[in-house]
Amino acid sequence: MFVKIVQTISTYAIPLLILIIPLYAAIKKVKVYESFCEGAVEGFNTAIRIIPYLVAMLVAIGIFRKSGAMDVLVNLMHPITNLLGMPGEVLPLGVMRSLSGGGSNGLLADILKNFGPDSLIGRMASTMTGSSETTFYVIAVYFGAVGIQKTRHAVAAGIIADVAGMLAAVWICRLMFG
Amino acid sequence: MINYIWLALILIGVLTAIFQGNVQVVTDAAIESANSAVELSIGLVGIMTLWLGLMRLAEKSGIVNLISKLLKPILKRLFPEVPENHPAMGSMVMNMAANLLGLGNAATPLGIKAMKELQELNEDKTTATNSMCMFLAINTSSITLIASTVIAYRASAGSNNPAEIIGPTIIASVFGTIVAIIAARLLEKFPLKRR
Repeated sequence: MFVKIVQTISTYAIPLLILIIPLYAAIKKVKVYESFCEGAVEGFNTAIRIIPYLVAMLVAIGIFRKSGAMDVLVNLMHPITNLLGMPGEVLPLGVMRSLSGGGSNGLLADILKNFGPDSLIGRMASTMTGSSETTFYVIAVYFGAVGIQKTRHAVAAGIIADVAGMLAAVWICRLMFG
Repeated sequence: MINYIWLALILIGVLTAIFQGNVQVVTDAAIESANSAVELSIGLVGIMTLWLGLMRLAEKSGIVNLISKLLKPILKRLFPEVPENHPAMGSMVMNMAANLLGLGNAATPLGIKAMKELQELNEDKTTATNSMCMFLAINTSSITLIASTVIAYRASAGSNNPAEIIGPTIIASVFGTIVAIIAARLLEKFPLKRR
């Protein structure tokens, strides 16, 4: 029931926004076409401006992943995750989730295929993927768009939140499905 | 901090490839990733243009103001440095609403718009403000009601109940967001002025 409602909202949200916003603006006597284009130009410029930041971030992550360094890191962290009740099989996904959206979706698909979507590991992997964002992508894009170079505590806060969310996913799945 | 992480990723990556006698991988990965970064950005152009166009209409007509007024009590606490009626508040609200509904395509342009408006309040244009870090921390731990991508993956893998992870996903992401807010609040007290 809840799922149905939220899915319906999700389906209708964008068409309704596209309808209601210009309509309401017209009622408020805003010059709709001109104002839309004004904002659109800004959107275009921003999308182009983030390219260098995204290239820098994705190249570093790509090298780290493809070189096998990611696997080494996961192996090193094994004793710690065992202690926290986290199956080793979902650890690469946990690390990847913060680094690359495409990469973590690939890992999720792989886990679901090998362990089954309704296994504990499959459910954990699903929850971990769904409950977090690609932190490094968000940081590169958002800070890149405004030219911030000194990111201060943003990365640390993002990583702490990722780890917390990941552990929460593991424990909740153990509780609910374990 | 991001400078160290970036350098570490490259350094460790290249060294690992050399030790494993497979240096060619580095070249392939670098070129492939650079290309996909450009593709990603170009892919954003259309959606970004559309949403910022619509947002301009929402702003001029007063819709944004209306919504941010409703959420003012929460926002005032999270972003004490942002004046109550500043446009950044409106953009951040719209971004969070889009994330909540799982409208990732709409969320990114709105988030970038919010960052630009936060940047207007920033005195040192190259250094992130507390509000920016808080906004990003909340964004990276995004609360989503329906993780539609994950459900799609589960369905295609033949799950008996692809949507059963919705409950745990919401709980885990709410927990993550609470931790994000606390972490951002605590960490902003330390003078992190690293390059």
